[in-house]
Amino acid sequence: MTRTRRHVLVVGNGMAGARLAEEIRQRDPEAARFAVTVVGEEPHPAYNRVLLSTVVAGGITPRDTRLKPGGWWAARHIDVVTGTRVTSVDVDAHTATLGTDGTGRTGRTERIVAWDELVLATGSTSFVPPTDGLYAGAPRPGAVLADGVVAFRTVDDCGRIVEAAGSASTAVVIGGGLLGLEAARGLLARGVDVTVVHPQDFPMDRQLDADGGAVLSRVVRGIGARLVLGRFVAARHARTDSVPAHVVLDDGTSLAADLVVVATGVRPRTDLAVAIGLDVARGVVVDDRLATSVPHVHAIGECAEHRGEVPGLVQPGWDQARVLADVLTGSDPRAVYEGTSVLTRLKAPDIDLASMGTVDVDVHDPGHEVLAFTDPSRGRYAKLVLRHDRLVGAILLGVGDAAGALTQLYDTGSVAPRDRLSLMLGRAISRSGTTEGVNLAEMPGTAVICRCNTVTKSAIVGAFRSGADTVGAVADATRATTGCGSCKSAVDGLCSWLRSAEPTSPTPAPVPAPAALTEGAA
Amino acid sequence: MTTDLMESGNGELGTCVDVHSRTSRALEADAPSERAGVATHCAYCGLQCAMTLTGSTTTDLAVAPRRFPTNRGGLCQKGWTSAELLRAPGRLTTPLVRRDGELVPASWDDALGIVADAIVRTQTAYGRDAVAVFGGGGLTNEKAYQLGKFARVALRTSQIDYNGRWCMSSAAAAGIRSFGLDRGLPFPVTDIGSAHAVLLLGANPAETMPPFLTHLVRAAEAGGLMVADPRLTPTAAKAVDGGGLHLQLRPGSDAALALGMLHLAVTEGYADRHFIAERTSGFDDLWPIAAQWLPERVERVTGVAVTTMRAAVAALARARDTERGAYILSARGTEQHATGTDTVSACIGLALALGLPGNPGTGYGTITGQGNGQGGREHGQKADQLPGYRKIDDPAARAHVAAVWGVDPADLPGPGRSAFELLSALGTDGGPRVLMVHGSNPVVSAPDARVVSERLTALDLLIVSDFVLSETAAVADVVLPVLQWAEEEGTLTNLEGRVLRRRRALTAPVGCRSELEIWSELAGRIGCSTDFPTDPRTVFDELRRASAGGPADYSAVTWERLDAGESLHWPCSTERPQGTPRLFLDAFATPDGLARFVPVDHVGPAEADDAEFPLVATTGRVLQHYQSGAQTRLVAELCASAGEMFVQVHPDTASAVGLGEGDLADVVSRRGRTRAAVRVDEDMRADVVFLPFHWGGEARANSLTHAALDPTSRMPEFKACAVRLEAIA
Repeated sequence: MTRTRRHVLVVGNGMAGARLAEEIRQRDPEAARFAVTVVGEEPHPAYNRVLLSTVVAGGITPRDTRLKPGGWWAARHIDVVTGTRVTSVDVDAHTATLGTDGTGRTGRTERIVAWDELVLATGSTSFVPPTDGLYAGAPRPGAVLADGVVAFRTVDDCGRIVEAAGSASTAVVIGGGLLGLEAARGLLARGVDVTVVHPQDFPMDRQLDADGGAVLSRVVRGIGARLVLGRFVAARHARTDSVPAHVVLDDGTSLAADLVVVATGVRPRTDLAVAIGLDVARGVVVDDRLATSVPHVHAIGECAEHRGEVPGLVQPGWDQARVLADVLTGSDPRAVYEGTSVLTRLKAPDIDLASMGTVDVDVHDPGHEVLAFTDPSRGRYAKLVLRHDRLVGAILLGVGDAAGALTQLYDTGSVAPRDRLSLMLGRAISRSGTTEGVNLAEMPGTAVICRCNTVTKSAIVGAFRSGADTVGAVADATRATTGCGSCKSAVDGLCSWLRSAEPTSPTPAPVPAPAALTEGAA
Repeated sequence: MTTDLMESGNGELGTCVDVHSRTSRALEADAPSERAGVATHCAYCGLQCAMTLTGSTTTDLAVAPRRFPTNRGGLCQKGWTSAELLRAPGRLTTPLVRRDGELVPASWDDALGIVADAIVRTQTAYGRDAVAVFGGGGLTNEKAYQLGKFARVALRTSQIDYNGRWCMSSAAAAGIRSFGLDRGLPFPVTDIGSAHAVLLLGANPAETMPPFLTHLVRAAEAGGLMVADPRLTPTAAKAVDGGGLHLQLRPGSDAALALGMLHLAVTEGYADRHFIAERTSGFDDLWPIAAQWLPERVERVTGVAVTTMRAAVAALARARDTERGAYILSARGTEQHATGTDTVSACIGLALALGLPGNPGTGYGTITGQGNGQGGREHGQKADQLPGYRKIDDPAARAHVAAVWGVDPADLPGPGRSAFELLSALGTDGGPRVLMVHGSNPVVSAPDARVVSERLTALDLLIVSDFVLSETAAVADVVLPVLQWAEEEGTLTNLEGRVLRRRRALTAPVGCRSELEIWSELAGRIGCSTDFPTDPRTVFDELRRASAGGPADYSAVTWERLDAGESLHWPCSTERPQGTPRLFLDAFATPDGLARFVPVDHVGPAEADDAEFPLVATTGRVLQHYQSGAQTRLVAELCASAGEMFVQVHPDTASAVGLGEGDLADVVSRRGRTRAAVRVDEDMRADVVFLPFHWGGEARANSLTHAALDPTSRMPEFKACAVRLEAIA
């Protein structure tokens, strides 16, 4: 590598870090201007973390989560260093120390690399509460968890859950947020008896309001999970010869738990940033160009705090990677990141839940227009929050058909359809363009019965009155039914109606009994 | 046995339900005498509905549908009224030559003299490539073949392409990439008729080829008809009526939709892992891309709900698993994008993940649009192609075809410009200065048509062969009156790769000549010694030899066999004398026999909407009109039914700029404006307007479209461009 190229060192081989490397290569495909190194702590090539709950559910294997096929990174001159940590950074000398922890085949090693631009994409770690019995030793961040206790963050965690699910018959999921529910759904699919313990009154309380949360609780229970609300796990006890593994809640209730999955949230990984001396609040503070408080040091993804927000989803990290690649390569010097509209979508085939924007608004709030639909017994709840005719928030539970149209309205900030019922359905209330199921008597004469040959009701009535009283005769007279044939039943129905309505009379038909018509048209 | 029965006698009729029972039975019973009429196929689309023509003069000629597997005795309004074309006012019967700015009648000798002189003079001064040829997907196989030969051997120009580039090229390129071969439907269309699940991607056959719908009845009734289209088209409405699905995606988001559905197929266990392992390659390259297209992300890009995508994938898998038939079919809505090839590759990826192609009862195909859209793309009117679907840069292909043509392979030109690149180079430095147009009306049908119209005026000489004064003929320097469908003999290849006979029912008006005669005469006049036969059957026999050994091998297809009613799908050769109704059952046509997953990603439209142009315009057809409308606009009944140019728009979108039903509006893009009557429709997406492309002048939809080209197929971006709607002051 020649020194005329600038070296971008990306710390973190997760979805944001790996995406940044890819985005830089798209702008510098021949690696003429930038050398890119991605250092990752996990021993695996970059993988798609979002798919891990699907691995737990059994749809795919860990191999299917790889972000790229084997050899992809090397073929694009992206130097990926796995199983390695950046242990220290010298921001004045523009160097970083890379170290392995000694568990790999190479043993404990260290080396120093120079960089021109440093990008922190260190992501986040699971937060595991210091509850008795969850840790193998003393509770502290990053410490080893007890046997039978798994946080749900990495592909290795995922492997542990899958392995444990093979022998476990009971599991307790601590935390009823998005990840906890997805983990519960996956364990159910593997035949494990699952209880979700959540300290609030309803699951996913950060994304829902109370009514929606109540409906979600019914849905979660409906798919076979137990749900314990308003409680927390006070202690966890490993299996002994006489007592199976279990957890004890704060009210003293005991729940069997061969496996405990901890899904109580994540914390941005900022230890390196702190050591470097960057401004750190909840996450590493960045501006609209993803710059930290130190020149040539940037941060993206779940470790970064932008305008007070620390993303918990992948899309912001990807958007940030695109902007930072524009900034670093100069391909769009004016590129700025102005935030990503957050939309939470539960990934489970039998729970269709979307939540976006501002949702905790009262129906009668004077500053907003709120539409709501509640159908708890069928597990459906929809709440739409509008401001100045634009959708600024929504909860969509069990009304998935509308989600496509509504998420786009929310994302684009377009003016919502004036017909609010259509808005809620995500489509027009009555569909045009079809003659099936329409009352033939009430249909206007100009209505086209045979689309293939543009034959109107009037034309068929006219043909009938001229003696064409069967489908075949109408076909010969008007060509109706001779295209795709799908109007045959309509023409037959029309003939039946005309026969009964005006057996001999040449005058316009009186309105016949609807029942007869429906029968004829069916 | 009647000709009718023999032609359709492939055993498949037994399972058919005829659409038009009375008339067809009556005809079927007739003996194949002159009185019984002439068995031929429709003048228009790629379904090539079978019809019988009775009468022998222009005035008394009558059309009736005929039983046949593809149309099952049905005809749409275009087919029923196709005889009107033969008696349309304005039929050209004499050559026209521009003198003092006016097109005036001229003798054939004078007209051809002007053309031949211009060719010789131009090529002498500016080189061979200064003369260009533009063909059409409606030309018979014989004409498509002969036009390619005329360009390469008589004109010796590399500058030949055709309007099929704007039709099938993306599907063709993607098909070749994945299957090693492009035949629109690699199975008979009747196979679809038994399927319980059919996913149509950007296809609206209820308007574009209505009798095709007879093959979708079972799927529709089973609730398994699924239609991805930005509009609730009549086809989509049929799906919804039967309990099926409408995936109302944003224009240009088709690739994301396909990748999201592929994602779901894998994560929800619907992928056919055995098929993927045994019969495909490259899954590991495509999957990581699809893996990032989480359905929830796709929903935001496409506007199609995750539940809907999930239901669509599940329906396909269920029908596959229960052996009730599952098909994915794409058409222009998905293909006519600057990313069309990759988009089709994504769709094929979905089909391959589900294990549909190459198995009986399931499959992937593309619905070919133009009348001879299939045959027209096989025999050499494409810039990079030689007959038999051979590549012009393949030395073996050049040697074979040159031997048939009796020329030195070294004298054959190489690949030329693609359609839009060719037209936009006209009259420029180093671009063609003389253009011959056959079976096409690019003034109306080209993308960014204003640019193309300008280029046409920059030519030294524009020669248009047509039977009516199309918008393109109207700006020509020489117009040559040619034959139309019922006046000529030939073959066409339908959407399933079956070769069909077009038969003459009428003698052409005095003064008209066949293109075959024109090329033969011109070749002689410019001093080419190669023989250009004028008899279609002789040309077809030469085509058979030229195609022999190529991917689209017609060598064992003879007019005798076709006239005896045999059902022959290419490849049809001495090794496969009965033809190949179903391709890929044993192996795909790739070198290793495996179908390829191609690693493609979603990119989206070349032109993003913005504050100035906040809507996406998409274009398409209405039932009553065909292509540029040059033919169908001459049929009074069709015009009366279809009405005038319109723009279909959501009522909120219309009223936001003060427009209501029936108001005249201008639709404006960065390239031009189109005037149209507003048709409000609550089922439209509020961010989309639809315009039919059948009219010229102020009503020309292609004044708006964007000529960003697909890097592989050179397909323009017909189906998505940024526009705004304006009330007319």
